[in-house]
Amino acid sequence: MASSTNVLAEPASAAPLRSSIRLPEHTVEIVSDSGEGAQKCGQIFGAVSAKMGNGVWTVEIIPAEIQPPPRTPEGASGNRIRVGSGPVTNWGDAVQLLVAFNEQVLLSRHRLGALAPNAIILVENLWATHSNADIRAAWGKALEELAPAGYRIIEVPMEEQCLTIDENPRKGKNMFALGLLASIYGRDLGRIEDQIAYAFRKKSEDVYQRNVALMRLGYDWAESNLDFRIDVPTSESTQPLVVMNGNEALAMGALASGMELCAMYPITPATSVSHFLAEVFEKFGGILHQAEDEIAAAGVAIGASYAGKVAFTVTSGPGLALKTEFLGLAIMTETPLVVINVQRGGPSTGLPTKVEQSDLLAALFAQPGDAPRIVIAPSTIEECFHSVVTARRLAEAFRTVAIVLSDANLATGVQPFPRPELCAEWSAAEPDLVPVAEGTRPYEWDTRLGLSTRIIPGQPGGMFTVTGLAHDERSKVAYGSGVHQHSSAMRSRKLAVLQQMLMPPRIHGDESGELLIVGWGSTRGAIEEAVDRARSEGLSVSSTHLTFLSPLEPGLGEIFRRFGKVMTVEINYSDDASDPFITSENRRRGQLAWLLRGETLVDVDCWTRVPGEPLRPGAIVDVIRASLSPKPATSSGDLR
Amino acid sequence: MSESMCNIVGCGPIDDDERAFELGDYEGPTARWCPGCGDHSVLSAVQRLLVSEQLKPEQTVFVSGIGCSSRFPHYLKTYGFHGIHGRAFPVATGVKLHRPDLTVFVVMGDGDCCSIGAAHWIHAVRYNMNMVAMLLDNSIYGLTKKQTSPTTPQGLKTNTQPFGSFLPPLNPLSTTLGTTNVSFVAQTAEWIPAHLYATLRAAHQHKGLGFVRILQRCPMYTGSLYDRAVKDPSLVELLVHDDGVVVPDLDMIYRNRLAHDPSDLDAARRLAENGDRIRLGVFFRDENRPRYDEIRRPPKVSTNERLALLNAELDKYAV
Repeated sequence: MASSTNVLAEPASAAPLRSSIRLPEHTVEIVSDSGEGAQKCGQIFGAVSAKMGNGVWTVEIIPAEIQPPPRTPEGASGNRIRVGSGPVTNWGDAVQLLVAFNEQVLLSRHRLGALAPNAIILVENLWATHSNADIRAAWGKALEELAPAGYRIIEVPMEEQCLTIDENPRKGKNMFALGLLASIYGRDLGRIEDQIAYAFRKKSEDVYQRNVALMRLGYDWAESNLDFRIDVPTSESTQPLVVMNGNEALAMGALASGMELCAMYPITPATSVSHFLAEVFEKFGGILHQAEDEIAAAGVAIGASYAGKVAFTVTSGPGLALKTEFLGLAIMTETPLVVINVQRGGPSTGLPTKVEQSDLLAALFAQPGDAPRIVIAPSTIEECFHSVVTARRLAEAFRTVAIVLSDANLATGVQPFPRPELCAEWSAAEPDLVPVAEGTRPYEWDTRLGLSTRIIPGQPGGMFTVTGLAHDERSKVAYGSGVHQHSSAMRSRKLAVLQQMLMPPRIHGDESGELLIVGWGSTRGAIEEAVDRARSEGLSVSSTHLTFLSPLEPGLGEIFRRFGKVMTVEINYSDDASDPFITSENRRRGQLAWLLRGETLVDVDCWTRVPGEPLRPGAIVDVIRASLSPKPATSSGDLR
Repeated sequence: MSESMCNIVGCGPIDDDERAFELGDYEGPTARWCPGCGDHSVLSAVQRLLVSEQLKPEQTVFVSGIGCSSRFPHYLKTYGFHGIHGRAFPVATGVKLHRPDLTVFVVMGDGDCCSIGAAHWIHAVRYNMNMVAMLLDNSIYGLTKKQTSPTTPQGLKTNTQPFGSFLPPLNPLSTTLGTTNVSFVAQTAEWIPAHLYATLRAAHQHKGLGFVRILQRCPMYTGSLYDRAVKDPSLVELLVHDDGVVVPDLDMIYRNRLAHDPSDLDAARRLAENGDRIRLGVFFRDENRPRYDEIRRPPKVSTNERLALLNAELDKYAV
């Protein structure tokens, strides 16, 4: 029974003197087999840390299946939480503390390079002495593989402890682990119990009590067996904060926008927006309609929008692809519509649970014919909330489609942000069914602005038929060349008008210099942290982050020309300049780079990766260094 | 259906509305269908229905897909949404869910309903919302010039199946009658205007989705499709019942009459499957089936109430 593990892994000591390490930030991960609840543990730890006044960013580690085989590296499921004494804007570089429910999920994180060289690992010790010889052998092999990395591995008798109060430890280990973290990070047990109540009390008082007991068991075990604490100072916020994930923020934004109908079809990672709405939308006067397919979801939203308040649909890449014909119809009929697209890895089914920013060009152009629409991309959880409010207003004011491009990183990432001060102006006004003046036309375009007033069924005198066919101001089907030219111009002009209302993007760092990094969407935190680190090394680098992708924010060409070099950083595919056969002529570039080159005529370079995980700021620092070094850049090989 | 449930300002019954609507109040521009097209007679029947039911033009919406028949809304002076191929049902669903006060008609061709939009057809039947769905079935793709449709008779030569259409045609009645929560299925024919009108009226007055298949000829490509039945009324059998369609004027011409109780779903399915003659009338009707648009009626919420509710939600996430 005794294996080499005892040599490699350190059994927890009996009565340690606990040294407290004070740090400005720390990154912890908790991983388990899918279904063992590591995500719930991580979520509660993240929420409590935020409520105590730490900056927080969390990322879910999600396998593609619901119950993959247990004890396999592929099945690793859990959460990374980066806590800081100041604001935290991204998931950081590497994990400094890992709680693992078995050695296989631990191996998974090790092999993916997620762990810092000096990481502390708390791992379930059940497997070292398991009755199954194969499992004992696997444990031994795993620890041998891990040994050269130099981690500090501490065995924790999780199951043995949990069995003292619960006969099914698989259901409670996550709360035990939560207790470990509470002790290590000095978390407020009262707040933790509040969060446990929020998560479990609606199941039953019994479940709640059992989970609290398991959490306290873990806490007590850590108090008497671990020899370290980690102290990331908290600071009380001067303003009220809320803490939630991006999909919750999108759903809340939809409620604040006053929209009353959401039609959707289940698709990862967008679906949790509809879960949230399913619980509360009805009491807000709203309807969440689960349609028979993605196409119908778009059609139902368009029908509702046509007949009243702006409606919306929520989807991810494959769903956006299916909806494109309907988006063209909304644009052609000038029916306002909000589309929330939570991006995942593509093409095809791709990486359903993983982050990618590869729907940008599809959101802009996936359409036969010329179909101008508004595209905006939130870059923080807070912006997820406000982007939906903005999209509703713009869709309505400009009678067109407004697409919100979120992604899997924002969808499940949790971050505290200033509590929105709600105001009535965000909320769609009730459409007024006043009679339409005689002679009014349904597309009475202001020929300077391309704008016209929407007429809604129920308005006497406004009985028009809108159509996806080419049409004139009266909505009469018209194939004449002049008519189509004019109506196309009107639909396009609106975007130019909107563009002139926008502010140039803010520059992070100096207003000019050697290198400008351009990003969009969820990479803002990682890019800006990387720029700060590189600047502290004396490098001349700044960044800018685009919220509006269609129309693009003004002044980009002028800004770009103030820098020696411009490069996008994106989570989508591009050829590396050094790859075989790749020349500057045939190189396929990142999607934003592609767009910016065309729009600004600046030779915009790009560094993009599709690792199925958020970008690490450290990797971006490497890219900046390489880009600014006098030697020809090798374009940073390692995606991590 | 209660009109006061609608959230929109100004909608609902206008108490002092003493307008009386005549045919001219519903007439749009001259229809541009081919002479002899069955769509003309459907348009006439619908206009007659609008008058007889005194439907307010501004409260009435026709939603269509793509095809010859889907030009329908353009030729009426009501609200209309001429959408994309196969997707009339989803758009109509959105209109009716958000605006239950509106009267909604769905106009589709056989390609629209039974081919590219077949998924929506099945689910719209199951949603059973208060709307009339008209399947203008001429058994051919006309606008794109004679391709086989799902209801094209086997053997009919078309431009995509020039040696004769390969498969037996899909039976829209059986398919609809086989769908869970179906509540009204009728068949009528464009060449019998009195029956057409009476059937549409029954569908309109039905609580739930009134699905009407209208047998039509395309004068260009399927002009002779029902020649025998048009010339020989004995090939037609009228389903008659007090709960169905009764048109006394037709008694002298159409002597084949079958007393069919529309509450009998099994009998309806047998009659629909049996192709020995053309059966017109109400195959099935049940007003006790759940109607999705009535189930999904959220309360009316003011902006201030909404903000208060949202603040309460935010409290749950407060740090």
